[in-house]
Amino acid sequence: MTIPVLIGATFLVFTIMHFAPGDPARIILGAGASEEALEAMRDQLGINDSFILRYGRFMLNLMKGDLGTSYRNGQPVTGLILGRLGNTLYLAISGILFAIIVGIPVGIISAIKQYSTLDNVTMFITLFVTAMPTFWLALILVIVFSVNLGWFPASGMAKGFPGFLVSLVLPTLTLGCGFAALIARTTRSSVLDVVRQEYIDLARAKGLPERTVIWKHMMKNALIPIITVIGLNFGVLLGGSVLTESIFSWPGVGRFVVESISFKDTPAILGCVVTLAILFTLVNLIVDLLYAFLDPRIKSQYRTSRGDN
Amino acid sequence: MNKALTPFEQSFRQFKKNRLAVAGFFIIFLLFAIALGTIIIDAATNYSFYKKYVIGQDLTQRLAGPGIKHIFGCDEMGRDLFLRILWGTKYSLFIGIGAIVVSLLVGTPFGMVAGYYGGRADNVIMRVMDVILAVPFMLLAMAIVAALGTSTVNLLIALSVSGIAKFARIARASVMTEKDNEYIEAAKAIGAGDFEILVKYILPNSFSPNLVQFSLGVGNSILLVAGLSYLGLGVQPPNPEWGAILTSAKIYMRDAWHISVFPGMFLVVAVIAFNLFGDGLRDAMDPKLKK
Repeated sequence: MTIPVLIGATFLVFTIMHFAPGDPARIILGAGASEEALEAMRDQLGINDSFILRYGRFMLNLMKGDLGTSYRNGQPVTGLILGRLGNTLYLAISGILFAIIVGIPVGIISAIKQYSTLDNVTMFITLFVTAMPTFWLALILVIVFSVNLGWFPASGMAKGFPGFLVSLVLPTLTLGCGFAALIARTTRSSVLDVVRQEYIDLARAKGLPERTVIWKHMMKNALIPIITVIGLNFGVLLGGSVLTESIFSWPGVGRFVVESISFKDTPAILGCVVTLAILFTLVNLIVDLLYAFLDPRIKSQYRTSRGDN
Repeated sequence: MNKALTPFEQSFRQFKKNRLAVAGFFIIFLLFAIALGTIIIDAATNYSFYKKYVIGQDLTQRLAGPGIKHIFGCDEMGRDLFLRILWGTKYSLFIGIGAIVVSLLVGTPFGMVAGYYGGRADNVIMRVMDVILAVPFMLLAMAIVAALGTSTVNLLIALSVSGIAKFARIARASVMTEKDNEYIEAAKAIGAGDFEILVKYILPNSFSPNLVQFSLGVGNSILLVAGLSYLGLGVQPPNPEWGAILTSAKIYMRDAWHISVFPGMFLVVAVIAFNLFGDGLRDAMDPKLKK
């Protein structure tokens, strides 16, 4: 199912960008270019061809890993994106790790101490954090930790060992906080569901230590909805990385999209959106595979359906 | 003693017990009052108040901090931040709600047709929805605005597209659970057509999941409007949309923290209100949670 959806997604984005205003030939050659030069450039870019032909050519090139040429500086878009994709992934992965490391324990503690003051306070905080706009959180973090305390840089990505990690802190917090809150809420309700199951009573009745009951019996079963939420919201995370990267001048694909939009650089916009859509779809595929790993029932379903066919 | 309650009355009673949800409802009510109030003032004064105080500049008050004269302080043009925030309410509120209304009105019929007829119609419609959902929605919205240009109508289109797929999925699921019920069989037996069955019998019964999704969706779409405006792709300055105010806040954050803090607070409160209201509706309408 992944491949047709991806082809559809490229078609959707290609069609949208087809309506982008402005004459690319004029953007490349500048305002002073002669009409003949413009026409020659349009022919060279293939803009005079029909929509279907252009889409076909785009797909053929895409399969060869060629996303076209940037209008802004004439460089291949694939190279421009690949040079930035790593930075986006560092940020996304560190955001997710932060969210998981904070969100899951908070959710478990909240669930175990349900309706305690601790639980109420945490749930109120998560409610607040989920409602926070990414870019506003970023502004507040910068005002507090960078302008007033001077602990972390306000923008940019530093190179080298400690510098890189230090410059990663604020973007990670910005990207990860909302996600952590979401994971904490999901973990809480998922654990609360599992706690009432009979096999938990059984595990306790067997005299297993509480730690084994929580980690081996509860968590493995409670993890499935949590992984669903992580996978489903990876797209939101990628969207959030657009804002986060713009604010912190983080040299990733997200900031590149925003820059490309202001330059009306259609091939670059198209390339970025297609790349991120592919990334998102691949993550969903990985999540599906993880289910099978966590839940033997799902694995056996796959096996029987394959056997029947 | 117990007089029979309609499902609506039952849900209403359940909802009233949830204090947070009621608080959310009051905040939403207040936001509507503010938005309508500013619109009425504009209409009554023929925008002279708006031009003078909301977008009119007073450079002597440039970046003035919060005080008695300007309770939230002033922005980089010396405009009163409190008034600008009040005038910005209508953008977040109406564009946020408008986008979800469009998603609901377009997505629900597609989902209902897919769920009711099944087979090929279902396959085609739902695969298209999968494709829409395969593009992260913030990026999809940005691409649409980049292609169509920045205007309020284009912003609405951009925001509603990804919502269409969500509402279609919800509508499909609820039609599929309803369509095999006996009352549908009965309606068919008395000669009701497909259209009549869908609109008169199935639609009212699949109302509640849509309503819940509606309220939760508004919170999200308010955040999205603000995010796009922050990037310069949404409501354009000098219009006082909350996200647009925050764009200039970044430049002046070293000298004027108040421009960053207050518009964001309003955003957070508005989004929390819609989320609490939506959660409350879900709890009130979900029969599984009733005692």
